[in-house]
Amino acid sequence: MTTVSLTVNGQSVTADVDPRTLLVQFLRDNLRLTGTHVGCDTSQCGACVVHLNGQAVKSCTTLAVQANASVVTTIEGIAQGGELHPMQAAFREHHGLQCGYCTPGMIMSAIDIVNRKGNTLDEQTIRAELEGNLCRCTGYHNIVKAVAAGAKGMAQAPLQQAAE
Amino acid sequence: MYAFEYHRPTSVKEAAGLAGQAEDTKFLAGGHTLLPTMKLRLAGPANLIDLGQIAELRGIERSGDTITIGAMMKHAEVANSAEVKQAIPALAEMAELIGDPHVRNRGTIGGSVANNDPSADYPAACLALNATIITNQRKIAADDFFQGIFTTALQEGEIITQVSFKVPSQAAYTKFRNPASRYALVGVFVAKHADGVRVAVTGAGSNGVFRLPEMEKALSGNFAAEAIDGIAVATDEMNSDIHADAAYRAHLVGVMARRAVQAAAARG
Repeated sequence: MTTVSLTVNGQSVTADVDPRTLLVQFLRDNLRLTGTHVGCDTSQCGACVVHLNGQAVKSCTTLAVQANASVVTTIEGIAQGGELHPMQAAFREHHGLQCGYCTPGMIMSAIDIVNRKGNTLDEQTIRAELEGNLCRCTGYHNIVKAVAAGAKGMAQAPLQQAAE
Repeated sequence: MYAFEYHRPTSVKEAAGLAGQAEDTKFLAGGHTLLPTMKLRLAGPANLIDLGQIAELRGIERSGDTITIGAMMKHAEVANSAEVKQAIPALAEMAELIGDPHVRNRGTIGGSVANNDPSADYPAACLALNATIITNQRKIAADDFFQGIFTTALQEGEIITQVSFKVPSQAAYTKFRNPASRYALVGVFVAKHADGVRVAVTGAGSNGVFRLPEMEKALSGNFAAEAIDGIAVATDEMNSDIHADAAYRAHLVGVMARRAVQAAAARG
């Protein structure tokens, strides 16, 4: 067993884990944060995307022990004070989901895109940047609309952005 | 995934020491090849030595006509580096074409070079940019480093610390991606140096990354796409699979090489 200490959604967490525990397993099984999904388990589909030190990563391809002393944000950690994060609100408003399985990863990736590319995103940029996230309902059209709207929404909610 | 002992050294010396003491070790860089391989139980090292906390493996530095990148620098960091973009924009663009954004936030240059996947992008950049692979023991010219698919000059326990690239006057990388895996079906890196042009091909060869001397000679005389128009690429050492047969790949090498030359020449 190896001790791992990290911050998850603002809370300090310390646990002894088998070193082969994936970050996504640690989040789901140890911390019961089941919003982060395992889709393909082969680093392709992006259902497991979380933020590691502010950057989007695939938690199915990261060991929990690699996240030692890091800051992790999951889909459960982005709403503030009972209010949906602007990107979550945009996905709801634009119906950017069908079955919802890919949605946590889509939203965490979308926030990362805005952090890197700014609040005004054209369709081509969004589609290119979402290449690491698969939606098997083929719901991309509304996801792209939601990301564009969420990006604008994040500009209007600077406090929430800073908190994330 | 099989069980393993996990080690988290904070210096290259400590990492090398661990590799010397422990049996059946693997170094873990970004983990985006090794961890999937371990999940499939194609690899099952008894000891995993994580290089992620070693500060001396990080950093990007320009010095004269070389740019030196720490082995643990991530693809996204290379793609966004002001130094790399200024010195070798083609290298930054190449890093931006690896995998997807999440993969680029984890995968590292040292890991890619050490793994020498026959469809990886960095090996082509290393050959075309006349790179030197710097390890904790020695410096190895890229021409001597890549020795066949998943095979390099690295010895057991040897750690890549930096990769040093020669800054070319003009360069470009063109990649025809497998749309599912995003690996190169064919990738061609062309670079014009003071002492000649280098053309390196990844994804196509059954023996991994390789150079094309005939094209290099022609381009060294005339750095223009038409200089390599008539040069046929041999099919006998090309990969052949469900995605592209050998003849298709050989043809694609010529197409991508001409596009790379055009892009490099247009950069002025």
